[in-house]
Amino acid sequence: MTPTTTTAADERGRWGEYGGVFVPESLMEALRQLEAARVEAWADPDFHAELDRLNRQVIGRPTPLYLATRLTEMAGGARIWLKREDMAFTGAHKINNTLGQLLLTRRMGKTRVLAETGAGMHGVATAAAAAYFGIPCRVYMGAEDTRRQSHNVARMKMLGAEVFPVTNGTETLKDAINEALRDWVTSVEDTHYVIGSVVGPHPFPQMVGDLQSVIGREARVQMIDQAGGLPDAVVACVGGGSNAIGIFRGFVDDAGVKIYGVEAAGTGREGAPHSAAIGLGRPGVLHGARSYLLQDTDGQIMPAHSVAPGLDYPGVGPEHSMLKDNGRVKYLTATNDDAIDAFRALAKSEGILPALESSHAVARGMDLARSIGKGGNVLVCLSGRGDKDVDIVAGAIDL
Amino acid sequence: MSIEVKFDLGAHLRQKVAGGRKLVVPYLTCGLPTPQDFIDLYVSLGEHADAIEVGIPFSDPVMDGPVIQEASNRALEAGITVDGCLGLIKQALKRSSTPAVVMTYYNPIHSAGLEAFAAKAATAGVSGLIVPDLPFEECAELDRALVAQELALIQLVAPTTPGERASMLAAASRGWVYAVSRMGVTGMQNALASAASEVVNRIKPFTDLPVLVGVGISSPALATEACRVADGVIVGTAVVKRVLDDDLPGVVALIQAISEAVNPSELKIENR
Repeated sequence: MTPTTTTAADERGRWGEYGGVFVPESLMEALRQLEAARVEAWADPDFHAELDRLNRQVIGRPTPLYLATRLTEMAGGARIWLKREDMAFTGAHKINNTLGQLLLTRRMGKTRVLAETGAGMHGVATAAAAAYFGIPCRVYMGAEDTRRQSHNVARMKMLGAEVFPVTNGTETLKDAINEALRDWVTSVEDTHYVIGSVVGPHPFPQMVGDLQSVIGREARVQMIDQAGGLPDAVVACVGGGSNAIGIFRGFVDDAGVKIYGVEAAGTGREGAPHSAAIGLGRPGVLHGARSYLLQDTDGQIMPAHSVAPGLDYPGVGPEHSMLKDNGRVKYLTATNDDAIDAFRALAKSEGILPALESSHAVARGMDLARSIGKGGNVLVCLSGRGDKDVDIVAGAIDL
Repeated sequence: MSIEVKFDLGAHLRQKVAGGRKLVVPYLTCGLPTPQDFIDLYVSLGEHADAIEVGIPFSDPVMDGPVIQEASNRALEAGITVDGCLGLIKQALKRSSTPAVVMTYYNPIHSAGLEAFAAKAATAGVSGLIVPDLPFEECAELDRALVAQELALIQLVAPTTPGERASMLAAASRGWVYAVSRMGVTGMQNALASAASEVVNRIKPFTDLPVLVGVGISSPALATEACRVADGVIVGTAVVKRVLDDDLPGVVALIQAISEAVNPSELKIENR
C-alpha cells in the first residue's frame, strides 16, 4: 500500500521531522510577514487570476507534454513522455517560481529583490521577472559557477541584474546562498529574498513547491488526455528539488504511480564528491531547514560536486526528506557520464538539447522505460534547456 | 545536607553589574592562532574580561562577516574539531576563572546529539551557549538538554524584533540577553547604529539579567557609547582581526582599553 502523504507543512513549517525555521533572529519578523502575505495571497482569487495570466501570457503555459518516439525506441521499452519545462520562458521551470514570488514582493511593498543561483537559470528567471515588474535585482553566484555558466551571467546582466560572484568556500550554489542570506540579514526591511528552490526556512519550501505544482497539475491532465491514463512512473532530477516537487505534487495521491527522484552522483568514483544528499547524507540543519545533508562526522558541510551546476548542492528540500522517509518517492542517482550520455541520446533522437540537470532524470527515465517494458508509460520532467551546457558537453565528448 | 551549587552565569554577571561594573566579553575563534596560543590568550584576556565567547568554527557561518568567516576557515583547515575545541576550553579554564560561553551554529550541535553535546560542554566547564541560527521557536529541545546540565542558552534580540517578542525573548534568556546592535552580520563599524540603544531599551524592562550589546563594537569609544544604556559589550571582529594578524598583544591591549574605558571608576581606585 502506498503511504498517504501531505503537500503542506504544519504550522511550525515542518514536513514530518524536516523543515522548520533555523535562521538568525534578525530574519524572524520578515519570515513572519512573508508567511502572512503568502497565506493572504493564496486565499485571494485576484492573486490567482493574475498568476494564471502570467503563466499563460508571460511563461507560455501550459508547457507541452511531448511523446519522445525515437528516444522510446532507443531505450526499448515503455513510452517516454517529456514534460517540456525547457519550453517555458527563460528556458526552465524556474520562472514558475520567480514570477509568483515577484508578484508577492510587489504585494508586500518591498522594493528590491535578491536571489542566489547555481546554474544561472534561477538567476535569469529572477532577473527577467524583476525586469517585468520594474524591481531592482541582485544575484549571488559562486565564482566557479560564473565561469562554467558564463552565458547565463551575460543574460542576467543584459536583463538588468547585478551579478555578484561569490569567492567563499566551494564557490558554488551553497556559498551563493550563504552570501544571499548575509545580504538579506542586512537588507530585509525593504528587500525580498527570492529563493530558487524548495529549500530554506518556512515558508519558502511551501511557497516554492506550491508555485511549481503547476507542472504536475498540467502533466496529470495531459497524460490522461494524450496517453489515455496516468503514467507508470514519474521521474525528475533533484538538487534542491523544485522541479521534482512541482511534478510529484500532481501524482503523490495516485497510488499506482511510482515516483523517482534522481540525485547527482558526480563522477561516481568511490570517495569522490557528489551531490546525493538523500542517498548518502544524514539529517542536519543548513540554510534555515532540517533536511538530509552531506556533512562530516563533526557536522561540517561537505563539498558537493556535479557536472550539472544546478544539482551541485549538499542539501535538499525538506519535503523530499519526508517523501524519502515515508517511502512515497524512491531516490536514485545518475553520474556525470550517465547525464552526458543521456544529453547526447536526447539531442540525437529528438533534436532537444536538455539541461545537464534534467539529463540526470532522462538517464534514469530510459532505464525505467526498459524495466517497465512495452505498453507502459514513463513521464520525465525535462526541467530546463541545455544551451547553457554546450561548452561543458563539448569539452567532455568528441564532436 | 550538602547541595552541590553549580556555577550560575546569570547570577554571577548580575552580581558584577550590581557592583557597578560594565561587562566586557571578547570573542575568540577556538584554536587560533595555534591551540597553545589560544589557551594563553584566553588566560591573558580573562584578566580584563567578564566572560569569553569561544567560537566553535562552522563551515557555513551565515551570521558572520568576512573576518570571522576567514578565522573559521583557518581553524577548520588546521583540523580543529568540536571535541578538540571543548578540550582547549577545558585546559584554558584550568588556568582562568573567567567563564566560557560557546558560540556555534546549530548543525555541529545537532550532529553531535543535543544531550551528548550539552554533557560534553558541561564537562569542559562551559557556562553557556549562543546559537545564532537557532531562534526561540526551534530551541526548546536544546534548551531542555542545556537545563539538565545547568548551562545557559543566551537569546538574541534584533533591531527588527517587535516589542512583544523582545519581551518573550528577554524572559526566556539565561546568562545574559544579547542585543544585536544593527541589521547585518558580524563586522566592525565606525559609529554605533541608533538601533542599538532602542534594542536595549526594548529588552531592559523585561529582564534582570545583564543586557550586552554585540555586533560591530570595535573600539573603546563605541563600547563607551553602548554602555550608556547597556550593561556591557561583546567584542568579536575587532579581536579576531588582530588574532588573524598575529597581533596577540594588540588583542589584550584592546580588551584592557575597552574594559578601562567603560569602567573609569575602577581605574581611579586602582591608581590610588
